[in-house]
Amino acid sequence: MQVTVKIKRFNPETDEAPHWETYHVPADPMDRVLDLLNYIKWHIDGTLTYRRSCAHGVCGSDAMRINGENKLACSVLVKDLGPEITIEPLPVLPVIKDLVVDMTSFFRKYEAVKPWLINDDPPPERERLQSPRDHALIEEATKCILCGACTQSCPSTWADPDYLGPAALLKAYRFVFDSRDQGTEERLRIVDSNQGLWKCYTIFNCVEACPKEIDVTRWISALKRRAVTARY
Amino acid sequence: MAIFEHEVVVVGAGGAGLMAARYASEGADVAVLSKLHPLRSHTGAAQGGICAALGNEEEDHWIWHAFDTVKGSDYLGDQDAIVIMCQDAPRTIIELEHDGVPFSRTPDGKIAQRPFGGHTRNFGEAPVRRACYAADRTGHVILHTLYEQCLKRKVRFYNEFQVLDLLINPDGEVAGVVAYEIRTGEIHTFRARAVVLATGGYGRVYKTTSNAHANTGDGFAIALRAGIPLEDMEFVQFHPTGMYRLGILITEGARGEGGVLRNRLGERFMERYAPTVKDLAPRDVISRCIYQEIREGRGIDGKDYVYLDLTHLSLKQIETKLPEIATFSKIYLGIDPSREPIPVAPTCHYAMGGIPTDPDGRVYRAVRLLEGRDGNYQDEQGRWVTPRFELEYVPGLYAAGEVACVSVHGANRLGTNSLLDLVVFGRRVGKAIVQQLEREGRRLPALPDDPERRARQTLEAILSRSEGESVAQVRADLQQMMMDNVSVFRTAETLQQARQAIAEIRNRAERVRIDDHGRQFNTDLMEAWELLSLVDVAESIIHSAEARTESRGAHSREDYPKRDDARWLKHTLFYRYPDGSVELRYRPVTILPAEQYPFFQPKERKY
Repeated sequence: MQVTVKIKRFNPETDEAPHWETYHVPADPMDRVLDLLNYIKWHIDGTLTYRRSCAHGVCGSDAMRINGENKLACSVLVKDLGPEITIEPLPVLPVIKDLVVDMTSFFRKYEAVKPWLINDDPPPERERLQSPRDHALIEEATKCILCGACTQSCPSTWADPDYLGPAALLKAYRFVFDSRDQGTEERLRIVDSNQGLWKCYTIFNCVEACPKEIDVTRWISALKRRAVTARY
Repeated sequence: MAIFEHEVVVVGAGGAGLMAARYASEGADVAVLSKLHPLRSHTGAAQGGICAALGNEEEDHWIWHAFDTVKGSDYLGDQDAIVIMCQDAPRTIIELEHDGVPFSRTPDGKIAQRPFGGHTRNFGEAPVRRACYAADRTGHVILHTLYEQCLKRKVRFYNEFQVLDLLINPDGEVAGVVAYEIRTGEIHTFRARAVVLATGGYGRVYKTTSNAHANTGDGFAIALRAGIPLEDMEFVQFHPTGMYRLGILITEGARGEGGVLRNRLGERFMERYAPTVKDLAPRDVISRCIYQEIREGRGIDGKDYVYLDLTHLSLKQIETKLPEIATFSKIYLGIDPSREPIPVAPTCHYAMGGIPTDPDGRVYRAVRLLEGRDGNYQDEQGRWVTPRFELEYVPGLYAAGEVACVSVHGANRLGTNSLLDLVVFGRRVGKAIVQQLEREGRRLPALPDDPERRARQTLEAILSRSEGESVAQVRADLQQMMMDNVSVFRTAETLQQARQAIAEIRNRAERVRIDDHGRQFNTDLMEAWELLSLVDVAESIIHSAEARTESRGAHSREDYPKRDDARWLKHTLFYRYPDGSVELRYRPVTILPAEQYPFFQPKERKY
C-alpha cells in the first residue's frame, strides 16, 4: 500500500517557522511509523531529523505526536493509522530540528524528585529483603522508559510548563513506595505542591499516552493519598 | 572548538560505562560522553536476567557457574577472568540491589532466580536457577538504576556527543578523546588521565539483528584506528530466537520459563540435538540446530523460521514473567503468545570479540610471547598448558562491556553473562581507575599535535561531497553481504567472497554523499560516519574468520567442522595499519592448572 506522511519540519539554520512537508511512501500494514521515517530519510530526503535507537519500544528515543497522539514511532503500526499519517514533534518542548525536541526541562523535572534510592543504613551483607507484595507495589512504575509521551500529553503541562508532570511524579511514586527507600519525607516536600501533585486533575491523558501501558494516574493518586496522610 | 578537562572520561553510557562511572566517581572527577541520552542505551533492551550463584532458589556455587562459562566459551575464554567474574558476581548483584535495582522476588523476599541456557548445576547435570531477573526487563531496571546512582554522585554527563577519535600522545599514553557535539556540530577535545571505552556492540553490521540502530561498533573502530588490535572478532553471536524478519529479541527466559522450539512437524527438535538440556542449550548450538532444521525442510511452511511455543504456559506465567515479549508479539506480529506460537529465526545479537583487556579492563596493544608459542599445548600427561606471555598496555586506557574482550565469553557467550560482564568489569574498571589515579597522580597527559585534525577532515570530507551513493544503499549492501557470507555457517568460499566484497564496500563507504550539509543535529552526517565504523568492524570479522580453519563456538566452518585445539586454542588479534594493510597475530588462552581445576580442561562440548 501507499501512505501519505505529513511531517512538521523545522530547520533552525534556514527556517523562521515550522512548515509541513508531505511524502508518499510505499508501506506494509505491519510497518512501524519508524520504518516510514527511515524510508523517507534513507530514500527521499536525508535531512529529515528524528531520534531513534532500539526500534522496539524500550529505549524511549522516538516519542512524537502521531495523528494527534503522543506515541513511540517504533511502537505504532501503519495498519492502526490508515493511509494518512501526520507527524509532529512532542508538544510544549522547544524544537531543535524537525522531530527532535529539547528534553532538558523534562529531565530536570525527573531529577527534581531525587530519582535514586535513599537509604542511609549500612548495607546488609546480602540483599535487602522485599516481599513480592511490596515489589508488586512498584513494579509497574519501574516499567517507565522516560520517553516523555505522558508529560507532554498532559493539559496541565500545556497550561504550566513548569508543572512536574506525570513522568516525574510516577518516578517519585516508584521510590516513595519502595519498601527499601527512606526518602519519603524529602520527596513529599518536593511533590506536595501546586506545581506538583495538586496540578494533576486526573485527566488520564498520561494513561492513554503511555506506550508501556502504565496506569500513571492510579499511581499519582496513590501518591496524593500518601501526601495527605503524611500531612494530617 | 573547546577543550574540556576531566580526570576520567567514559565513552558510552550503557551498563558498563555507567558502572565504571559510578565506581570511579568515588575517587575521581568523571565525565560520561554518550551519543544518545544515557537512558536510551541498549543495555535497556536486555530482557532475561543476570546470573550469579546466589543460591536463592536452589543450591549453587560460583565454580559451577565458572565451569558452565568455560564450557560455553568452547574453551576459548580466559579461565582466570572467568573465575574472577563468577566469584565477583554475587557481591556485584547484591550491590546493585543496594543501589535500588527492583529485582523480582522469591516468596521470602530474596532476589528471584530462574534457569537460563547453558547454566547448570554440578558441572552439567541439569539446568539450575541462577539468573536474577526483573520480569523480562532486567537490563532496563539496571540501566535506570545505574543512571540514577550516577546522578546522585554528580557524574558529569555530555549527552548526544559522538566520540570520533581516541587520543594517544607520542609517549604512547592516552590523552583524551575528540567528540562531536551533535546539537551544535562543534568538535571538541576532552583531556583525561583515564579513558574508558564502553560503547557497546556492532549488531548493525548484519541485516537481521536484535541490536539498536545505535549499535554501529564505533568503539571498535576508534580503537583500531588508534593502533589497538581487536581480539576474537570472528565470534559473533546469533541469538536463536529473534522475531522472524524483524530480528527483535525474544528472551531465552521464555525457554527458561518452559517455552520450547518446534519445527514444521510440531516436533520439539532440540531433544534430538541436546538430550540433557534440550531447549536450554547454549545459543550457538541452538542457532545451528534451527538452521539445520530449515535446511532439511522442516522450517515452518518450508520457510526459514521455526516456532517458539509458549502456549502450554499459564496466562499468569506469561503476564508476570514475560510481559514485554507478550507485548512485542502482540504489537509487531499480531500474535498472542498464550494462544499461538511465535515465528522465530536467529538474529545477530552479541560480539564476543572486542578490544583486548585484562580482568581490570586495562587495554593492551601487543603481546610478547615469552616461549615463542602463540597457542596452548599439551604436556606429556596430556594436560593443557598456557605458554608464558606478557602484555604491553596502553597507559590510561580501559574498555568494558560488549566492546571489550576480557575474554570471559570466548567463542560463545552464555545468556545473562553479558549483563554480568558489564557490571562486574565496569565496576572493576571504576575501582582500578581510582587506584591508578592515587598511585600515579592526576596530571593530565600532553595532547598530541592538532588533536582534532583527523576527526575534522573526516567530517569535512563527507560534508563537502556533492556526488556519490547514499549511505543507506552502501550500508544495506554491507549488511546483506555479511548476512549471506559471515553469519552462522561459514566456508572458505563465502569468507573469500566477503573479503573481496568488503574492500569494494569500503571504497564506496568512503565516497558516500549526504543530503544534509547543515551544522545542527546532522544525523545524516552521523550515519555516514557510523558507516565507516561498520566497515572497519566487518573487515575485522571477515579476516579473523577466514584465518581460523576450525569450528569453535559461534564460529562454524562447514569446511572445518571440528574444533582443532592443537592448532587453534588461541586468541586472534586483528590489526589494521594506516596504509590499509591488516595483520593477524595470536595469543595463548589462559587455562588454569589442571591439578586445581580439572573440570576446566578442554574436552568435547556436549549438552
